Amino acid sequence: MAEGAGQRDVAVVSVAVRQEEALTEENEVQLLVDLVNRARNAVGLSQAEIGFTCSGSSDFLAGQAFSFVQTLDAVGAFPPISESHVEMDGAFALYEAWVKLQIGDVDTALVYGYGKPSAGSVRDVLALQLDPYYLAPLWPDAHALAALQARLLLDSGTVTPEALAEVAVRSLHNAVGNPNAVRASAEATPEELLAAEPVADPLRASDLAQVADGGCVVVLAAGERARTLCERPAWIRGIDHRIDGHALGTRDLTRAPSAAMAAQEVGASSDRLDIAEIHGPTTSQEWILQRELGIAEGTEVNPSGGALAADTLMASGLIRIAEAAARVGAGTADRALAHATSGPCLQQNLVCVLEGD
Amino acid sequence: MTDPDIPPRALAEAVVTPEALAGLEPVRSVRTPIRLVYDFVPSAAAQAYLRAYAEKRILGHRSPVDGAVFVPPRGVDPRHGTAIDETVDLADTGHVGNFCVTHLPIPGRDDLEVPYVSAWIHLDGADIGFLGLVAGCATEEVRIGMRVRAVWKPDEQLGPTAENVLYWEPSGEPDVPVGRAGNRAWRGRTDG
Repeated sequence: MAEGAGQRDVAVVSVAVRQEEALTEENEVQLLVDLVNRARNAVGLSQAEIGFTCSGSSDFLAGQAFSFVQTLDAVGAFPPISESHVEMDGAFALYEAWVKLQIGDVDTALVYGYGKPSAGSVRDVLALQLDPYYLAPLWPDAHALAALQARLLLDSGTVTPEALAEVAVRSLHNAVGNPNAVRASAEATPEELLAAEPVADPLRASDLAQVADGGCVVVLAAGERARTLCERPAWIRGIDHRIDGHALGTRDLTRAPSAAMAAQEVGASSDRLDIAEIHGPTTSQEWILQRELGIAEGTEVNPSGGALAADTLMASGLIRIAEAAARVGAGTADRALAHATSGPCLQQNLVCVLEGD
Repeated sequence: MTDPDIPPRALAEAVVTPEALAGLEPVRSVRTPIRLVYDFVPSAAAQAYLRAYAEKRILGHRSPVDGAVFVPPRGVDPRHGTAIDETVDLADTGHVGNFCVTHLPIPGRDDLEVPYVSAWIHLDGADIGFLGLVAGCATEEVRIGMRVRAVWKPDEQLGPTAENVLYWEPSGEPDVPVGRAGNRAWRGRTDG
């Protein structure tokens, strides 16, 4: 929805995030029982005081049908609660919760997204989101598709390998202070990264997101309720998501028009942005997004290190919102952009603008 | 912007099949085999539960909220979203909380003769039931509240699996009254 268009004020009032390279001894329920309780306790809410609960996860990732139903054990869904699920990143579950809060019959919502990619091959799982007749039977893995996109970008002359290495270095440096980052380095240099062999030519390991297990929980509250729950709510001033064509051949893969349109709809560039948390699973995608979202000089991009530092399929987008909201809540940012992507090669994009009072 | 009420040109015109395709048999199905491999790591609670089975023990988890005991243990009280870390040993006796007589065979279970009885077994000391087979009596004798005990595999065949309990057989003890049979965790424990 466009910025300000008669919408109800809704804010992020609490977040909890955890990412690890691999959760070998914990299942999704155990991971979430801790995160859900941390997020609720921080604002003193019990599940009975939550008006709506919405989650994002993937059965293909979990290797289990209706896996999200089992994960509700972590929430405490008795007596029965009002609940929904999307087979998408938790950021899109947040969008559904935001719409529910706009309708006005509830004042609070609990949103979460989680994934345990260490249990299987995330590259192969992502092949199954492709068109099932022409593309999926060929099993192009996610790295190969991202590499095709990066090749187009490099050969069109709009970006250099050095510029992509700079994106990776920025993530490595910024991730140093992030306890959830799996890949971080204060000393990394573009020269050092460019010396490595490509994994999916032209992309090197440092260009590809570091896969991580984990989850993210966000509590939303509307209007005065948000002000009573926390010191400084991170108000969602605009949130929008748009979708480009599914068939990869119909798209100019060096662009992400849906990201640009979503950013425009929420008025991202109408005022100064202190920070932008962008969900780019590769350096080339982060580079494309930074331009499509109209991120200006002076905006700090991915102070957390972004998805490159720790990428949890089904949670990475929601984590971008949580990271941005945490900084607004702490007062280190007044206006922040958070972005989430889904689908092959940046097909779907969600943009959210958060502001402090 | 495209007017959503006007169909795209391609749909407005009749589809014409190229001459080269005339007379060919239509494609009616496409096979696209999918194989994904997972390394499933059971949670600590599930691991302890399965290992205990090898010793003919059945473990449950006791809720810190009201003491309700859940089996199998999942490390969480799903009513409250509260972590559980207290493990309890449960008896291998209980009662039938509910049951179903099935007359169709299960694919892959040739050893199971029809009709067979699947039942919700409520172990003594547990507040929820779990699924088991009831045998050792005529199917028409099975009833809600009937007392049962586990029939275990021979010791030399025991492993870390719930399959160690071959089935549940009537123990001959007096029935649990129907009004008191079944789940207690969901209605509170005040009824004892």
